[in-house]
Formats: sequence, C-alpha cells, structure tokens
Amino acid sequence: MTHSKRIRTTLVAGVGALGMLALSACAAETESKSASDEITLTVPSWVGARANAEVAKVIMEQELDVKVELQQLDEPVAFDALNNGKADAILEDWGGSPKKEKLYVEDKKTIVKGGDLGVVGHIGWFVPKYYADANPEVTDAKNLNKFAKDFKSANSGDQGEFLGAAPSYTTYDEHLVKNLKLDLKIKETGNEAAQIKEIQQKYRDKQPFITYWWDPQWLNADIDLVEVKLPAYEEGCNVPETATDCAYANTPLQKYLNADFAKDGGDAAEFIKNFKWSTEAQNEVAKAIAKDKKSGPDAAEAWVKANKSTWEAWLPKK
Amino acid sequence: MSAAPPNPVFEKTDRHRRDAADGDDVRTVKTDAADSAAPGPWARLAGNPRAMLLIAAVLVAIVSAALTGSGAWPADLTVDVRSPLDDLNRWLVDNRTTHPLFLYFLLHISNSAESSVDGVFSVLESLGFIGVTVAAVLIAWYAGGAGLRRRALRTAATALATFAVIGLLGMWEPAMETLALMIVAVAVAALVGALLGLAAGLSDRCQRVLRPVFDTMQVLPAFSYLLPFVLLFDIGIPSVFVATVIYAAPPMARLTALGLRGADAAALEASASLGASSWQRLVTARLPLARKQMLLGLNQTIMMCLSMVVLASMIGAGGLGDEIFTALSTVDVGLALPAGIAVVLLAIWLDRTTAAAGEQLEDPAAGHRPKWWVLWPGIVAAVAGGAVFGAVIGRKEWPEAWTVAISEPVNTVVDWIERELGSGVPVLGGTLTWSEGFANYVINPVRDALLATPWWALLLVAGVLALRTGWKAVVTVVLSLAAIGAMGLWDRSLDTLSQVLAALVVTLLLGFGVGILAARVERVERVIRPVLDIMQTMPQFIYLIPVIALFSGGRTAAVAAAVVYALPAVVRITTQGIRQIDPSALEAARSLGAGTGQQLRQVQLPLARPALQLAVNQGVVLVLAIVVIGGMIGGGALGVDVVRGLAKGDLGLGMTAGIAIVCLGLLLDRISQPSAAAKERALS
Repeated sequence: MTHSKRIRTTLVAGVGALGMLALSACAAETESKSASDEITLTVPSWVGARANAEVAKVIMEQELDVKVELQQLDEPVAFDALNNGKADAILEDWGGSPKKEKLYVEDKKTIVKGGDLGVVGHIGWFVPKYYADANPEVTDAKNLNKFAKDFKSANSGDQGEFLGAAPSYTTYDEHLVKNLKLDLKIKETGNEAAQIKEIQQKYRDKQPFITYWWDPQWLNADIDLVEVKLPAYEEGCNVPETATDCAYANTPLQKYLNADFAKDGGDAAEFIKNFKWSTEAQNEVAKAIAKDKKSGPDAAEAWVKANKSTWEAWLPKK
Repeated sequence: MSAAPPNPVFEKTDRHRRDAADGDDVRTVKTDAADSAAPGPWARLAGNPRAMLLIAAVLVAIVSAALTGSGAWPADLTVDVRSPLDDLNRWLVDNRTTHPLFLYFLLHISNSAESSVDGVFSVLESLGFIGVTVAAVLIAWYAGGAGLRRRALRTAATALATFAVIGLLGMWEPAMETLALMIVAVAVAALVGALLGLAAGLSDRCQRVLRPVFDTMQVLPAFSYLLPFVLLFDIGIPSVFVATVIYAAPPMARLTALGLRGADAAALEASASLGASSWQRLVTARLPLARKQMLLGLNQTIMMCLSMVVLASMIGAGGLGDEIFTALSTVDVGLALPAGIAVVLLAIWLDRTTAAAGEQLEDPAAGHRPKWWVLWPGIVAAVAGGAVFGAVIGRKEWPEAWTVAISEPVNTVVDWIERELGSGVPVLGGTLTWSEGFANYVINPVRDALLATPWWALLLVAGVLALRTGWKAVVTVVLSLAAIGAMGLWDRSLDTLSQVLAALVVTLLLGFGVGILAARVERVERVIRPVLDIMQTMPQFIYLIPVIALFSGGRTAAVAAAVVYALPAVVRITTQGIRQIDPSALEAARSLGAGTGQQLRQVQLPLARPALQLAVNQGVVLVLAIVVIGGMIGGGALGVDVVRGLAKGDLGLGMTAGIAIVCLGLLLDRISQPSAAAKERALS
C-alpha cells in the first residue's frame, strides 16, 4: 500500500510542477517584450568585437535604460539569429559570409545595414619582424617556398607550417596556398585564443613562423609583425573562392540590424546606428579584456568613464 | 626454509626469485587460483584460430604498408555526398519560414521549447535568489527522506552550499538560465525515455528494434549531432533542447526497460494470482519494482543533460556554458573557473538529490515521512514565503556586493605555471617540449603508419579485430570504415584516429596504474575518490582551457584533454573490477606464496579481465568524444570540420565530418566491446 501512496505522491507533485510550467509558459507568451527595453547583441569570438559589444552594453544600460543581452555567436550564424529575431544587432562584420548577407539583406530583407563601425579591417599573412629582418626576402609571397623549411613543425611534415585562422573566420588561405603553389601546410588552430597563444609562445622564443593575421588586433601593440606581400587585390580576384590568388581586400567593418528592430527599436536602434569608434579605442578595450584579463564589463566601464566626449555623440538626440 | 610459514622477508626473496626465473611454478599458482588450464603460450595461440587470424591480418597490413607506403582510399571509390547535402542546406535555409513541415510541425516544437524554457526562467527569476535557494534546499531535504535524519539534512546542506557558492562566485544569473533549460530538458527527456523504456520493457519486438539504437546512441559523441538540429531549428534554445533530449533520453529508456524486465517473477506471479489485470499488474507491481532502476536512469539522464547543455553553448544555449565558451575564446582560465565550479556544484546537487531519493526507496525506515498533504503545501508555502521575503526587502537578484572575484588570483597562478613550466625546466624540459615530443614520437608515427597502410589492409585488420564480438560487429566495422572512405574523409579520419589511439594508450597506462594502486591501497582510493567524482561531473568543455595554456594549441593539447576526461571512468572501472574478484582466489594464491606482483599478474588481472575490457571500451568512447572537440583547440582533422560546419552553417562539410565521427565511434566501440555477459557482470 505504501507503494501506491508514494506513486500518488509523485504523481501529484509531477502534475503540480507541470501545471506550474504550463501556467508560466502561458504567462510568458502573453507578455510581448518591447524591442526597445531589452535587446540582444551578437558577439563573435574575437576579442575586438567583444569590446564593441561590452562598451555598447555599458552605455545603453547606463544612459538609455535598455537591458542588453550579449550572446556569443560566430559571424555566419549571427546572420541567422538576426534573420529570425533571436538577436537584434551585429556590431562588427568582416564580410565573411557574402551568401547569407545577400540572402537576408537583399532577398528576404529581414536584415538591414547599420553603417560603418568606423574600424577598417585588414587581413593578411604575417611573419615576425625579427625573422623578416634576418631574411628580408621572405616578405614577398613569391619567395616563400625558399623559407618554407624554416616553418616546419611536428604537424606539417616536410612542408612549412602556416598558422591558420579560426574555423569561423574569413579566410582563403587554403586556396591561396594551392593557387600560388606554396609549400605550406595550414595548421587549423581551432580558435583565436589558441592561435594567439601559439604566436606569443613562438615570439617569446624568437622562432620563425608565418600566420594568418589581422588588424585591428590588440596583440599588435605587443608584438611586431611584418606583412608578407601577396599578389595585389583586384576586384573579383576572389570569385569564385577556390580561384583566389590575391591578397585580402581592406574591409570597412559593418554593423547590421534586424529589420524590425531597426524600425521599431527606438533609442536602442538609433544608438547602435550611431555607434562608431576608432581602431585605437577598440584595441584599448580589447587589450584590457584579453591581455590584462579584466572582465568585459570592467574593461568597458573604464573606457566609458574616460571617453565621455566620444560616446555622447552616439546617444539619440532628445 | 621452504616449509616455513610465509613471512614478509620470505615473501620478498621469494618474489625476487620467481620474478627472475620465468617459471613453471608461477603458472602453477595461476592454474590453482584462476582455475583454468594454461598450456604454453605458443600452443595456446595455435589453439586460438582468431588470434592466429589477427596476427596474419596484422602481418599482411605491415607488409603491404612497407611495400606500397601509401594507403589512400582510391578516388574512384568515393561518392560525392557533399553536393546533395549542400543542396539540402540551401533548401532548408530558403524554406525554413514557409514550408508546411516547419509551419505545422517543427515550429511548434520550437515554440513550445522556447516558451517553456522562458517560462521556467521567469518563474525562477520571480522566486528570487532566496526563493530558489529555499526551494532547492527543501526539495533536496524531501528527497533525502525529510525529517531530521542525517541523510535528509546532508542533502539539504549540499543544496544550500551549492546555491550559496554559485551566488558568491557571481554566477547566479547564468546558473539560473542553465537551470531553467535543464528543468525543461530533463522533464521531457525523462518522459520520452520512460515511454520508450516502457515499450522496450513490455514488448520483445520493441526491445529488438530499440536496443541497437540505444547502443549506438551511447557511442555517439554529442558534438557530432549539433549541426543537423541547428539547420532544422535554427540557432538557439530549440536546437539545444532537441539535441539535449535526444542525447539524454537513452539511459532513462535503457534502465526503465532493464527494471521492467528484471522484475521478480514471484512477485508478478503473486499479483497475477490475485486476479490483477495486466494494466493493474504494470502499475501496482512492475513499475514499483522497477523504480530503483528508473531512478538510476533519471540520475544519468540529468547528468547527460547538464553536460549537453554546457556543450550546446556553441549553438546558443546561453547560461553557464556561454561563460565557459567565452573563456575558451580568450583562454581565460580565471573566467572559466567560476562557471566550471558552478556547473560541478549543480551536478553534485542534482546527483546527491536523486541518489538520496534512490536510497530512500531502499530504506525500510522510510515510512516515517510526514504525510504528503502536510509536506507539499508546507514546502510550497516556504518557497513562496522566501520569494515574498526577497521581494519585500528588494533583493531578488543576488546582491553584487556578495560576490567574490576569484578570476584574478587564478589567472596569476595560471600565468606563473605557464611561464615557469612551459619550457626550459632543467632535465624535464617543460610542457611545451613534451607537447612537441609527444606529437613527434607518438602521434606522428601512429598517423604515418595508419596512412601508409593500404585501405583494404586496414579494413581487414579492423574486421578481424571485431570478430571477437561477433559477425554483426564485423559487418558494422567494415561498413563504417568503408563509409568513411567513400565520403572522401579517409585521411582526415585516420588523423583523428591516430589522436584517439595515442590518447587511449596514455589513458590506459595511467588509468590501469592508478586503478590498480587504488584497488590495492585503501588510502589511495579514499583520497582519489572525491577527485574522480568531481572530474566525472565536469563538462567536456572545461578541460580544453587549461590544456591550451600548458601545451599550446594542437593535437597534443587535444590528446591531453581527452586523457584527463577519460581517466576517471577507466580508473573507477579498473578499481571496481579488481576489488570484485572472489577473495578466495586471491587467498589461495597468497597461501601458495605468491608475491604482490604475482598476485596481481596471475590472479587479479586475469580475473578482472572483463572489467578491464569494459574500461578500454569506455575509455575509447570518452576519448573520441574529446578528441573531436579538440578541433576547437588545434586538434584539426574531423573535429575542426564539425566546428567549421557549425560556425559557417555548412551542412556539407560539418555533416560528413559528423558522420565520419559516428563511423569512427562505431568502429572503435565494436572492436573494444566486451562480450555481453562480461559487460553485465562488470556493471552489476
């Protein structure tokens, strides 16, 4: 008899819990959240972009009384999230997913452009300065095969090792290596931090290396890298991707907004459209996060405190 | 002298003598103790056709590898699976918002998942931190049997400590997000699991169909099936929810079926003879008798939900996983640690609470619990009281002043370790040097050997290895390998396989070593047991972060993470296996004068063989799970393809790699699987 009683107890408890769930679910459905008092920003995995988001969050929460949620999403999937309204804005896009951009911005019109971030992105191949000084010829991609053996590692066999980009980043390195017939093997570093760690370790030991690298990037303040000259970029030289045999184009980094949010987002949307800062400012915050290991909010708050004149211009006109 | 009773001195000299002489007497001990005939090694081999076959296959592989030097899968045997997948991908993206399949089916799942998680979260939020803590403590207390007994108070204290520390570490909000998702996922996974378990437990046909499905699910690395759900449900809670439910339901189903099938025949007979209908019998006899197994299943389901919810931060799960994911992208151990501790504490709280509920069922004195109609309203009232109190004093969120920042001191320590141990340590060299050495002298040779072996020879060796488990396994193994080749992922998969093998060797060496030590020395076991407990509850992700700091990104780092992750299970199974040996066998060996080493080699290890084999099997599955996640920290190969597929939303790339991982999982599992009988024995 105690068995059945216990079962009944459990049943009652279970039904009670489920009922509560159902009720609360209904409650949640009926209250629609207004886009302007709570928004979600996507944060890709690189630190520079996190700096944008953290600063935007601090200012919006302090000045506009908008609750800002930051969600870690890689660049290409961020477009999907904006499309279906799960996130409201991307603050920094490097143009790495042209297909999705076309689909959502031009065809479906669920995402709208939000203007320049103010930072110009540059991607390229880089070697450390100490190595370039000793071997000036290395700075031209034509001569790279001569030096490939210097970059050898346990991973790359007889070829030179090329430190590749994180999986979600914009890159044509694989095609470049093939089309320029270079004796290099790309190491799939897995994420930005792993790549940075490896670069820092190699730099400290003054070892030669060649890497996918970019600016703005906070680490550039600490280490001296020299760019390797790839064949000059011309319009269309990277179409189709597999035929790419030229350098990366300079990219003015872009903001994107969910179309509904752009229309009805009020002050928050206005603020994001106005958000525009410099490479130096971004690097300052990014470095505080990545190198000094400050928490995102702390780093952003410090910058916000010191740069009132810069961000006051971003606030919507009353 | 030889007639003297064994004393330490005698034993010592005796052991030395025996060790030095490869001897007949050693075998005598074995014969007596293990009670099995043991002819000479060659004769034994000749009498075992499978072993001969294996040796022949390996010889063929080595010779053919040496002759050809390259074993790539022939290009004309590959099938283009990526283009159709890419087409499917495009179709999904184009039709996700308009097609009836989505509008009338998937969208409903997606919306209900999202709104129930939101709902639970808002309930937790409105309860405030006081209300939630009160609720957690009271539920734990109730599960522990209520009243003032030690078990009830202990589980309640665990709950209180868990939530207090989570708050102190500043992890309250993400922990609540994770908890909300967990509550919904566990409820659904347990329900689905119980229903499937009922089907499999009551119908033999269902059992035949479902069993292989569950078996296969168990070896699938969670990582490999995130992508399809992202494409169906888009990034966010619904994908996470569905992936989690599918990942976590099998243990519940499996154990429910086991419990129903294992019910005492006499009890059922009694119930039938009292004229109970089959429905009554199910409700009054079979289900109550299966309760213990079902609770164990629930426990495992909860743990798997937790681990998946953390991993799924890659596809937008938010919560604690998100904190860890962010920390991974900056290699910030200090940031990862509070979130990691919070996850572990949640795991301990959930584990202890369900375990206490299980013990409660066993406990004959359990009847003293107050009546439910007194207890439950009381609990609800207390929780409501806590919530109202929190609201009145204006403290719903955990106060910021009550948090302790541990990330800075932690990072200082990590920096120091990295700087001092990285390289240039006298004699030892340092972790970076080891990392390079391990890649050069262990992973590379394995990979080169695998790549040099002709594909057909590898198929042959794998097939022969699987022969031990049965013909079905042979077919599975050969087909899996062939599928990998046909998808054009031969080289990438062998790269992954080489990392798995390297990690497995290290895991087994360490795991058996520590396991044996723990089995023989009580004190060691007492010390490492809590460590193992904690290590087993850590989500897979967390291990990636410290290893980058120590070994730099790359394959060695991935291998190191895999070793750390798989070690606890291997140690535990080894220890248990050795402990469970019939003490009389050991006693017999001892009385014959066998030394410690001999007891181990001749009695304990042979008798524990089924357990050791299970340890190998578990080790393989766990290692594979992490090696593929290692793609995120430079492990390359299949893992990074899955990550790239997820990150770029590229189904063709991610899905084929995912399938290849599944094939590798099946292959490794079937090769290392102990026979069914051995498995049951070791698990019981």
